[in-house]
Amino acid sequence: MATTSRVARPRLSSTGDALRPDSNGSTRERLTALAFIAPALLGFGVFYFWPTLRGIWFSFTEYDVFNAPVFVGLDNYRALFQDATFGNAMLVTVEYVAINIVSQTVLALLIAVLLHRVTRSVFVRSVVVMPYLVANVVVALLFYWMLDAQIGITNQFLGWLGVDPIAFFGDQNLAIPTIALVNTWRHVGYTALLLFAGMVMIPHDVYEAGRVDGASEWKMFWTITLPLLRPVLALVLVITVVGSFQAFDTVAVTTSGGPGDASRVIQYYIFDLAFQRLQFGYASAVSVVLFVILAVVALVQLKLMRAGESDVA
Amino acid sequence: MSRRRRTAAPVPTPVPAPTGEVLPMRSSRRIARTVAAFAGVTVLLSGCASYGVDPGGDADSGEITYWMWEAAQLPAYQQCAEDFHRVNPDVDVKIEQFGWDDYWNKLFTGFVANSAPDVFVDHTSRYGEFAARGLIEPIDDRVAADGVDVDAYVKGTTDLWIGPDGKRYGLPKDFDTIGVYYNKTMAAEAGVTEEALKNLTWNPDDGGTYEKTIAHLTVDANGVRGDEPGFDKSKVATYGLGINSSGGPNGQTEWSYLTQTTGWTYMNAKAWGTEFNYDDPRFQATITWWRGLIDKGYMPPLSFTEGGSQDQQMQAGKYAMVTEGSWTLATFAGLEGVEIGLAPTPIGPSGQRAAMQNSLADSIYTSSPRKGAAWKWVKYLASADCQDIVAASGVVMPALQSTTETSKAALAKTGLDITAYTDQIDAGTTFPFPAVLNSAEVNATMTSAMDNVMAFQAEPSSLTAANEKVDALFTR
Repeated sequence: MATTSRVARPRLSSTGDALRPDSNGSTRERLTALAFIAPALLGFGVFYFWPTLRGIWFSFTEYDVFNAPVFVGLDNYRALFQDATFGNAMLVTVEYVAINIVSQTVLALLIAVLLHRVTRSVFVRSVVVMPYLVANVVVALLFYWMLDAQIGITNQFLGWLGVDPIAFFGDQNLAIPTIALVNTWRHVGYTALLLFAGMVMIPHDVYEAGRVDGASEWKMFWTITLPLLRPVLALVLVITVVGSFQAFDTVAVTTSGGPGDASRVIQYYIFDLAFQRLQFGYASAVSVVLFVILAVVALVQLKLMRAGESDVA
Repeated sequence: MSRRRRTAAPVPTPVPAPTGEVLPMRSSRRIARTVAAFAGVTVLLSGCASYGVDPGGDADSGEITYWMWEAAQLPAYQQCAEDFHRVNPDVDVKIEQFGWDDYWNKLFTGFVANSAPDVFVDHTSRYGEFAARGLIEPIDDRVAADGVDVDAYVKGTTDLWIGPDGKRYGLPKDFDTIGVYYNKTMAAEAGVTEEALKNLTWNPDDGGTYEKTIAHLTVDANGVRGDEPGFDKSKVATYGLGINSSGGPNGQTEWSYLTQTTGWTYMNAKAWGTEFNYDDPRFQATITWWRGLIDKGYMPPLSFTEGGSQDQQMQAGKYAMVTEGSWTLATFAGLEGVEIGLAPTPIGPSGQRAAMQNSLADSIYTSSPRKGAAWKWVKYLASADCQDIVAASGVVMPALQSTTETSKAALAKTGLDITAYTDQIDAGTTFPFPAVLNSAEVNATMTSAMDNVMAFQAEPSSLTAANEKVDALFTR
């Protein structure tokens, strides 16, 4: 192989043939490609792949970091199924994801359509992504203070309207919807921008044809925008759903999982188990379960939404 | 815009495999390779880290790192570090300060990465776990060798630092107890005298004069007081008593000053107990009474604790009284726009008051390479040389008895009557912070259980089941 390639390798300056992937120049090209992805690959290996393998191994052990892990087989997974807090954490997380994703996607679509069909102002586009530029922790703390039942500005306004104080973060029934909507507020602009980018790729003449046929904006949204946006929407949904399942920081700086276990989402429960209670083995088992769930959810979404295909012919 | 065309992307053809190899052999080789890889990965996964705690070293010079979480105390301790360096020129102390929440996570990461500070401010709720894992150094031998007088500290503070193994893990630096802050203007408007506030009585049946005062200080949106007819508990403008949280396993500032006066104790020992008493009727009766204040509209619901802190609510006129620890003296004294008074906790069924007493101390990290220098610093921190400076700064009460007068004078400048805190120490009515092993687990179980009770999601009797869960942690 090596001999052949040395003999047949064309000089770069000679023709454009070297750029053809199936020519012998491919080795060089592959090396270049490799060089480009190497930093990312290294990061992926060190910070994602290797820890994932370690995590899977720890999930079969009892481990407190300071002493060597002790192999316990499937004990952690068995304990999981009897752990009411874990079951509750799953429910709470699903509730969070449902509220967050539905509200965020609908609002983002609306904003994207407005950006696409009504205004193309760069200023408006910048304003829309502003919340995303503020650090999550800052957003969480601001809302935490604004939504205080007694001295928060929101309840002050509600008071003028004759509404009794509402403990947005403190009420066990409201904590998760509140946290979900705070994160919707922060992420909706960014999501809208992603969808907007997808809409820009939809050929203009389709809309022109639609208008010639006398279709309303409403009808064009359902018959043109949404179907042709599908691959982008699928990608955005996979990314946001996976991200949503991993909600952590907002909970950590506001309710810390409380009151009771009302906002103990799965990711916070993992943190709690590992870093507060030193049950790294058990926490790893919960993480592995979350990993499997997310993988399945992502796969199902991609399959259902035929993300790999486009209707733009 | 031109229409985008879908073109068939050129698919790179894979390099053809060299022929001539026998397939079965190839696959068996591949299997062997895979197995070897898996074995290698497993070995790597399980065996590449080293476990156990580095024994450290005893060097008595060089730079040592010191961590603390109280920003208000930083200037005083910075001064101590400079004075210390003058006396011990071969030791440099680098002080780093992190807020309470970050502090413990950072410390934990430091332990894991073998990079924890040589000396750090430690808490009674945490050091048991550190001691049990050998992460902090017992100092009995050093105390004995250098003849440190452990009786020179305020009563009760030194014992808090004797760990589950009977060894000493720190010299106390300061101490704290619990008292009642009240809004002076509101008390005056309600006709409640300071004298009355300092002599309140309480019992779990009708709440005594403590409950009567709380009710009287509660005012609804129409200006009707909690003990007057027509009081609307759904529209409360000012609550008679504030709430910090459900109190979790110890209720340090929330309910411990009540439960203790009923004769109730946390567990079968003052510290490091293994059987708990959350199933005791006296405990559950106290919690029932305390929760009843919410039902009556005299104390805000637990849900109101998410958001601003008690001092902020008090400044906004939402609370007339709050129970808090002495470490908040500077905060409450500094509240602008409100005049704050300080009273002792009420007298309970035992005929006496009660207040939890806690103490902070400095611990030495086992893996520190400079434990000799670290000890010099710890000894200096707990000495009159440093504690006089801390006392004069007037932000905390030092544990060294000789500094008490300086401290009282400095704290008196806040305008608050700190005898509400100190008298209980002198009268011997304080009780120690209930240090336990498995504290994180106990905390998780009891916080969740107490939250549910205080949020009216469960009855106080459900604490019996929580008690069983906690007990079970110590029988494994």
